Amino acid sequence: MAEAGLIDHTDAAAGIRSRALEGPRGARPRRVLSRRNIILYGTLFVVAVYYLLPLYVMIVTSLKGMPEIRLGNVFSPPVEITFEPWVKAWATACTGLNCDGLSRGFWNSVRITIPSVVLSIAIASVNGYALANWRFKGANLFFTILIVGAFIPYQVMLYPIVIILREMGIYGTLTGLVLVHSIFGMPILTLLFRNYFTSVPEELFKAARVDGAGFWGIYFKIMLPMSLPIFVVAMILQVTGIWNDFLFGVVYTKPDIYPMTVQLNNIVNSVQGVKEYNVNMAATLLTGLVPLVVYFVSGKLFVRGIAAGAVKG
Amino acid sequence: MKSFKALLTASTFLGAATAASAVDLEVTHWWTSGGEAAAVAEFAKAFDATGNKWVDGAIAGGGSTARPIMISRITGGDPMAATQFNHGRQAEELVEAGLVRDLTDLAEAEGWADVIAAPSLLESCTLDGKIYCVPVNIHSWQWLWLSNKAFEDAGIPVPTNWDEFVAAAPKLREAGKVPLAMGGQPWQRSGAFNVFMNALGGKELTLKVYEEKDAEVAAGPEVAKIFAAAAQAREMAEGSNVQDWNQATNMVITDQAGGQIMGDWAQGEFQVAGEVAGEDYTCLPGLGVNEIISTDGDAFYFPVLDDEEQSKAQEALASSMFNAETQVAFNLKKGSLPIRSDVDINAANDCMKKGLTILAEGGVVTSVNQLVSPDTNTQIEGLMTEFFSDKSITPEDAQARFAEIIASAD
Amino acid sequence: MPSARPSQLFRNLNAKIASIPMILTAVVVFLGGTIWTVVYSFTNSKLLPRMRWVGFDQYERLWSTNRWLISIENLMIFGVLVLIFSLVIGFLLAALLDQKIRFEDTFRTIFLYPFALSFIVTGLVWQWLLNPDFGIQSVVRSLGFEGFNFDPLYNADIVIYGILIAALWQGTGLVMCLMLAGLRGIDEDIWKAARVDGIPIWKTYLFIVIPMMRPVFITTLVIITSGIVKVYDLVVAQTGGGPGIASEVPAKYVYDMMFLSQNLGQGFAASTMMLLTVIIVIVPWAYLEFGGKGKRHG
Repeated sequence: MAEAGLIDHTDAAAGIRSRALEGPRGARPRRVLSRRNIILYGTLFVVAVYYLLPLYVMIVTSLKGMPEIRLGNVFSPPVEITFEPWVKAWATACTGLNCDGLSRGFWNSVRITIPSVVLSIAIASVNGYALANWRFKGANLFFTILIVGAFIPYQVMLYPIVIILREMGIYGTLTGLVLVHSIFGMPILTLLFRNYFTSVPEELFKAARVDGAGFWGIYFKIMLPMSLPIFVVAMILQVTGIWNDFLFGVVYTKPDIYPMTVQLNNIVNSVQGVKEYNVNMAATLLTGLVPLVVYFVSGKLFVRGIAAGAVKG
Repeated sequence: MKSFKALLTASTFLGAATAASAVDLEVTHWWTSGGEAAAVAEFAKAFDATGNKWVDGAIAGGGSTARPIMISRITGGDPMAATQFNHGRQAEELVEAGLVRDLTDLAEAEGWADVIAAPSLLESCTLDGKIYCVPVNIHSWQWLWLSNKAFEDAGIPVPTNWDEFVAAAPKLREAGKVPLAMGGQPWQRSGAFNVFMNALGGKELTLKVYEEKDAEVAAGPEVAKIFAAAAQAREMAEGSNVQDWNQATNMVITDQAGGQIMGDWAQGEFQVAGEVAGEDYTCLPGLGVNEIISTDGDAFYFPVLDDEEQSKAQEALASSMFNAETQVAFNLKKGSLPIRSDVDINAANDCMKKGLTILAEGGVVTSVNQLVSPDTNTQIEGLMTEFFSDKSITPEDAQARFAEIIASAD
Repeated sequence: MPSARPSQLFRNLNAKIASIPMILTAVVVFLGGTIWTVVYSFTNSKLLPRMRWVGFDQYERLWSTNRWLISIENLMIFGVLVLIFSLVIGFLLAALLDQKIRFEDTFRTIFLYPFALSFIVTGLVWQWLLNPDFGIQSVVRSLGFEGFNFDPLYNADIVIYGILIAALWQGTGLVMCLMLAGLRGIDEDIWKAARVDGIPIWKTYLFIVIPMMRPVFITTLVIITSGIVKVYDLVVAQTGGGPGIASEVPAKYVYDMMFLSQNLGQGFAASTMMLLTVIIVIVPWAYLEFGGKGKRHG
């Protein structure tokens, strides 16, 4: 596959995709117990421990009863394992008068996250594509404004957005919330896609133009198929951000479409009364499950969907 | 934009159609813990009994989380039917802007003013002679909670007032205890300071500083004493490495700390831990010095709604919240004092009964939240947070800054 | 490339149509919202935005407030450290994972999973781990190291590093992912050529691969810095700004002013200052980066 750059342009995309199946590159390790391997896996292992320690504390805590937690040591394994906190977090923890735990908001979160992720990635990838390959006059000005927008604290934009949504007549609806998520996801995602598409070899693009493909044709036939890793990164960003969003969900909708994070906040953030740390931890882990599953699944895509060609900055 | 709107009306209609039959009122509040939720359930029960339906919109995290929601909903033209606020001046501007429903007629018809436990409760709901909210409970700040076991371990009797407690501090240290448990959150620190002001300085001093905003008094010798007491408390609190107030309470429950200055909501923690007032812990209202309690607490506001039926239901809700029976049921669960003087709580525990007696005798001081704006309040919180965590700030420096805040207070 | 050009407006029409959402967002939301904020920062708006002019009063108060000054100092220290550490660690981890290792999926997920958790609880867990009474310090002490001191959250001088540890824990996974996506985009031929020429691996990374990954680094840089500027939840959950006001950050100042103090004007003034700083730094850079060197015009 070394001659990827030489082969006929019509086969280029296919060739690149097949080469992508090879997986990671870099120097190939030779022996299993070489010094290099020991250092490599040793480092990864140590770092992994740092990353896993808090998870361990969370899991251990979520399996303890409250009296045991009051005793102190956060690292000690549970004397008596109980799954009650998990059951409680999912099904019976109360949010005010509604005692059905996280389960109440789960489907709402799904209903919010799927359209928001799809819409925001669709818009941003087209933006990025237009900016990278079809630049028009003034495009960079708008793009610069967009990038500066990424630095505005969300809280400051709360009220102006309320006014905009009210004028559009979609305040308090799911549509409004999806729109808000797409707006705030746009700066970073657009940048992500723009920079990625910029690095796609120019020959591919030119060849497609010669073949008579237009704006959408090139986008769907050439760009999309070879951009899997960046779509995965975008998805990771958006799924996590939108799934964990609390502020927008609660400010721009009504109780019947509140996302799961509202219940999570209510479980974790009770200002008065006893804090049930075990339920808090179970609730957090439960809420984090969906993004985690996405990470696992997308991991496969990550390895498989390796991009074509050199990155040209 | 028009066509976009038209597209969306379809979905809005669906929502409206289901809501039309019964009068549902959405009520926003931040009572989400076990006891709190049980208390809210009493309100919901009472309201549902009037033939309407309570739709619960609970958001935990207190006013700082709830406020952006409420204001967005109101400015977005889609307000909830009722919402909780603390007693005080938090909702003042919403009232001024004409966004909150006037309840004066209802209050007069039901004679609220005749039965209210302390006039300041209704006063904080009043603007230009009109009543805009329903106070629902009284929470007071001025309590010192002591662990009997901690003092036993140190081999000294349980103190009966603040000075004895200060004197006992070295013994507690020797026994390996933290004399005073105090969480790291700003409101806990300024709360404790204001308790010193109320209990050690007295009602008059409190009002001079916070109501009249007399900067000279704030810089004067009487307030200097308060800062000296705060500096003592700072010493005593050294080594209490906790953030949340209930973690600090837990230090008292587990006898690692001698005591804590905290509002009457701390009682719930002792109860859950199975501790008994008088046996396991001692409560001293007004720090045992000056038996006085403040009228902090919660109130409900009712945003103006277009729908006539809903507006009627709002009145029914306000009325049922003020109702004597609901008050008893609600406050027993909440662990707070009822806002009516004509109700009787037999089931109350010792500490609560102490509070009720003080209330009946008129040992009441208006809450600082009612006297100063939230802006001033946060400035004081900021100062106290710095003062309590940084020993390099002398009481004199802190007092000078305090006087500055009072001078520009509103 | 098209032979007939009816007018400037219709040139590249599809791209323009496709960019309408972006243009609307940029102009209406970000530009409009910013102007709105700046205008109201000159008023004494309290709970509701109102047009009552007070000139530069809010700014005078802002710059004479101790808490704001500390917030800015904290943000600078925190920002520089996060930027350096997350880039270095993220890149190193990505480079390690790119060595055709076994269990790549497992390691990647381990490094990335903290990103899935909400800040509220990340803060809580790290608050526990760093608590001197029952966290890491007490465990190490109980192992016999009595003199071991590690209480960043309760020491005003080093509290910002306590937050840094948690922030890196949560954020480096994403940086690693971005870097990995970039590394996977590097042509195999480059590696082969470098090996043939006998260039050491570290040199290949430093002088060939990293310069080729420039767009990825820029994306990462923007993601990290925008996250730094907006850091709020983590601080609230972990320290609440304490001890004292030692770990306050600007975004928290803005939020507290708007919704705790009910002083919108002051909050807007603070956010205007934040934006102004961003604009001064970003706009010239963005113009150098994105403007000028036009690549392909349709």
